[in-house]
Amino acid sequence: MQRLMNLRPKGGARLLLGLLPILAVLLLYLGASAAWRIDGDPKSAILPPPTAMAGALLSLTSANPATGHAALLEDTALSLGRLFAALVIATAASLLMGLALGLLPFKRVAWGPLLRVVAAIPPIAILPVLCVAFGLGEGTKIALLVLGVAPLMIRDLAAHIAAIPEEQLVKAQTLGASTWQTALRIALPQALPRLIASVRASLGLAWVLLIATEALAADGGLGFRIFEAGRRMQMDVIIPYVAWISLLAVAADFILAQGSRRAFGWAHPAPKISRGASR
Amino acid sequence: MSVLPLRSKLRVVQPPAPVLTFEDVWVEYGETVVLERLSLQVALGSFVTLVGPSGVGKSTLLRLVIGLEAPARGRVLLDGEPVGAEPGPDRGAIFHKGSVFPHMTALDNVAFGLDCAGAPLLGRLFGARRRAAVAEAEAMLARVGLKEDRGLYPSQMSDAQRQRLALAQALIARPRVLVLDDPLGGMDPGVRQDLQELIGDLWQGRDLTVMMVTRDIKEAFRLGTRVIALDKRRRDPQAPGRFGATAVYDFVLDRKSPLGMLSEMEAVQEMVDPSPLFSEWPELTP
Repeated sequence: MQRLMNLRPKGGARLLLGLLPILAVLLLYLGASAAWRIDGDPKSAILPPPTAMAGALLSLTSANPATGHAALLEDTALSLGRLFAALVIATAASLLMGLALGLLPFKRVAWGPLLRVVAAIPPIAILPVLCVAFGLGEGTKIALLVLGVAPLMIRDLAAHIAAIPEEQLVKAQTLGASTWQTALRIALPQALPRLIASVRASLGLAWVLLIATEALAADGGLGFRIFEAGRRMQMDVIIPYVAWISLLAVAADFILAQGSRRAFGWAHPAPKISRGASR
Repeated sequence: MSVLPLRSKLRVVQPPAPVLTFEDVWVEYGETVVLERLSLQVALGSFVTLVGPSGVGKSTLLRLVIGLEAPARGRVLLDGEPVGAEPGPDRGAIFHKGSVFPHMTALDNVAFGLDCAGAPLLGRLFGARRRAAVAEAEAMLARVGLKEDRGLYPSQMSDAQRQRLALAQALIARPRVLVLDDPLGGMDPGVRQDLQELIGDLWQGRDLTVMMVTRDIKEAFRLGTRVIALDKRRRDPQAPGRFGATAVYDFVLDRKSPLGMLSEMEAVQEMVDPSPLFSEWPELTP
């Protein structure tokens, strides 16, 4: 008899084990949905049954006769556009600043303390400031996301660059590399996979900030729709939206992870040692 | 006018200037003295191996040569000029670990030195110059026995292969002095012997001066044309950092190439030119 910690599921068992909790949650939901109704009316259910959600989803994904657009797709496009714009800015900033801070002690000494303070500010706290500065348009939302995410990403990347072993930096110099060449050929390529990991880690916070800012100051977007529906107790709208957001987030994470594996295989070496025999 | 011919005559008689000179070098970290009164002259083309107890300052001596450490007193000269305060392409370095870039293939690792020399702005050569660099790098890879492995990343290689790669990478930049900090430490005997032979071969083929730290005294005598032992001449049991280490033995082996037929014992017997410092203190710990 092997120890429990050395037993590993394989093939079909893996899939089944992964599906079981999901099925359990769905069943639990169905049970709760049937039990928890106001006056027994399926329409006023706090946890609407799947049929109600399917109906709502159908109307959300079919074109609105007034605007000619489907609400869900329009909201998704708006939200992803904001998210994408903010992440592009944050990524570019963290790449430039992170490289400079990680490689140049002078930069680190000069900018480190400020960055530390800025990174400690809860981003939502400066939303009113941003609203006054940028108005209620897209600028505010993107600025909030950038301010929330970029300092963390910069610090993460700078720490990663600063942790490049001294041997490598010395080696580059003994091969004649200048600061610029070292940044370009040694630091930058080693920063890129970390940057992707950093974006993946920041996506969670970015989504939180996106939904929050859309709830407070927007007339469209996934967060806006969810809070609108919340005001009208439309649980059959909110739950599909939340599920959709979760799906988008998982997909984005998966794409980034796969992209990193493909583009930077050297940074993802195959695991060499496995505990115990895994037959 | 009459002085000039005399001067030129004198220059002919002078022995060749040493490549590396340590002039009464002291290295101190705060209160701790690491190296003291270190005076050495290293001739062009010699293979100096450094031995000594661990923590005695062997690596510090190498760091002085690379330019990672500045002497508290004294000077370190390369071809008569003080070595700079930072590493440069005239002094190659290979460490125990981490001497190759993990994000580059073997070929790119070797070509990096050529890229740096030829492409100050882009950091990478293109077109015909790139092809020439690739050809040179491939020849160098073949020289160290990695002909088939040009596409591998360091993480896909063994320790020994990585050190072979590091040798190719360092030598393509044509350094004047090559510094090796325990490059073969922890390797299996057979692999180690192959690499010793490779290092000896690579050194012989060029006008290269090598300084190598090793923990293996046999290796020191096998490879070196000169073996220098670092140790403290004086000790203060109450203050271990009070005194620093210096060259306590300096064996110049009477042969022009490493891996000679001499056994270590013969080598010790043929020891010539004990360090002039020897006369200042009686022999202490070996």
